[in-house]
Amino acid sequence: MHIPDGYLSPSTCVTLYAFATSGWYTALKRVRRRLATRMIPLISVFAAFSFVVMMFNVPLPGGTTGHALGVTVAAIVLGPSGSILAVSIALAIQALFFGDGGITTLGANCFNMAIVGSIVAFGVYRLMAGRSEAGARRRALAAGIAGYVSINVAALVTAFELGIQPSLFHDASGVPLYAPYPLHVAIPAMMIGHLTFAGLAEAVISAGMVSYLQSCDIGLLRGIGDFPGVPSSGNFGESSLPVRLWGIVGLFMLCTPLGILAVGAAWGEWSSADLANPAMRAHIAAASGNYPPPATVPAGLQKLSAIWTAPFPGYAPRFVKSATFGYVLSAMFGVGLLLLAAMVATKIVKKTRKQESRP
Amino acid sequence: MSMSEESFIESTLRGFARAFSKALISEQAASQPGLLQSFDPRVRLVGVMGLAISTVLCRKLAVIAALMVLAILLAIASRLSVWSLARRVWFAVLGFTGLIALPAVFITPGSRIVLAPVLHLSISASGVRTAALLVLRVETTATLTTVLVLCTPWAHILRALRSLRMPAEIVTMLAMTHRYVFLLIETANQMFESRLSRTVGKLTGPEKRRMTARTAGVLLSKSVELSHEVYLAMLSRGFDGEVRVLNDFRLKAHDYLGLTGFACAAGLAIWMGR
Repeated sequence: MHIPDGYLSPSTCVTLYAFATSGWYTALKRVRRRLATRMIPLISVFAAFSFVVMMFNVPLPGGTTGHALGVTVAAIVLGPSGSILAVSIALAIQALFFGDGGITTLGANCFNMAIVGSIVAFGVYRLMAGRSEAGARRRALAAGIAGYVSINVAALVTAFELGIQPSLFHDASGVPLYAPYPLHVAIPAMMIGHLTFAGLAEAVISAGMVSYLQSCDIGLLRGIGDFPGVPSSGNFGESSLPVRLWGIVGLFMLCTPLGILAVGAAWGEWSSADLANPAMRAHIAAASGNYPPPATVPAGLQKLSAIWTAPFPGYAPRFVKSATFGYVLSAMFGVGLLLLAAMVATKIVKKTRKQESRP
Repeated sequence: MSMSEESFIESTLRGFARAFSKALISEQAASQPGLLQSFDPRVRLVGVMGLAISTVLCRKLAVIAALMVLAILLAIASRLSVWSLARRVWFAVLGFTGLIALPAVFITPGSRIVLAPVLHLSISASGVRTAALLVLRVETTATLTTVLVLCTPWAHILRALRSLRMPAEIVTMLAMTHRYVFLLIETANQMFESRLSRTVGKLTGPEKRRMTARTAGVLLSKSVELSHEVYLAMLSRGFDGEVRVLNDFRLKAHDYLGLTGFACAAGLAIWMGR
């Protein structure tokens, strides 16, 4: 999953460095607040541990072996912020000292494996472990599932970054300048190896290590010192979680204009007007392995497309002239609608529960 | 990837030995007199990184090839063995990226130049260019970063990063991680060796997995204990959370000349490779 230099365009590298930097900054602030002077030795030694675990050959069913990332155990013991820092430092040492993995792509690698990997691993483990006791078997299973899911989500994000390269960065004759395979090739090619070997290796090492810790060093599963880990009861020491979630939602909303960078329409999302436009028809044929679209607009498509007209066609209300502003406005509108739906659903659920609890 | 019964332990041990050998070669090469070694570490870091970035920015094969030649000349002038560079970088990149790029030769649409005799596969000019761009770009950036890593002691890279305004806490954590990586590799090495010497007969799949997970678990417990000890040692020396890093580099005329050379080469490559 380590992307070497040369596979990603400079603008992708800069964007992912920016994402990674915001992750590192937030993680550093949180870890510094919780651990104070203990932060440096704990994160450093844990980073060294992550580095060494990445070198382990994990035996898999069927007689093969695979390499784990160790991000799941780091997220379980240190929490997502500590894990982001420790795994990022391990990846930086690999790139800067051993020359493994790129330097221009270090931001991308840290974003995919350390940030996405840690957050997904922690989230899935927390969800699966629920409020079970630290020694419960459910926790080892939760760690295995968290390991499998986190590695595959990180691989999917990596495949997406590689898969958008040919459509966004090519020369005048259409020759891809960086990673050459589009999404429909990059995603299956990347996922086959991760759904089988790498995901399984992470699941085996995560479940096995949690099981070992349960029998020999259970304190680590309750968190190190004042680090919360995933407690079996009480809150997660994440009082500012909603604030951060709002920040993340806001950041993603501000990033929505990135969609403007994409050339043409998404595959399979063509309108009847697209099918009638000769330039668009050529683009559709090129994107479909030179298989030409039907000569006339299918009658069913034409009939159904007239039923509903979106209020914000092309992600911009008609009165907005700036595409960038239109994207942000559409994102705000969409998020607002979802929040409204969530609030209504929550009220209904609360009301039903109150009625059920009445004698 | 198929493994014989115990060879997963041996292949892990081989991985540890490779890491030690890489680190040793790096330290030896960095202490030799050579062109790159004669520059201030900040000039080395910024200069070689500038060339790597210009390689990523270049869109023309000929310009990337010229940067590759420059990287090889830099390696020779820095007294690095071209053969070891070929083994460590070129063959490894060719084996990985070359394999990844190969299908692009056949599946990229474009004017056909050759029809392969088997399976009616056609090779297009665009396909060859796509694959060549990827392989050459990766070879060049990997050569440049390896030359930088081999010619700069780790302590110098860290001090250069600090003088380039990287937060002191991060630089300290990178330094400490590097130190403890080798200690933990040594610890894991001893655990695997002692297990190997006590293994008679064949281990079943679940036994192998349990053994690996337990070794990793013990390593985790040892790491946490080690971090407590390191913390106490730091406290005993008066650590108060404030990180202080020495920064005693001085740029000389020779360094300014080197920096100008790197900047000109990178600038020219970006301009010509647009």
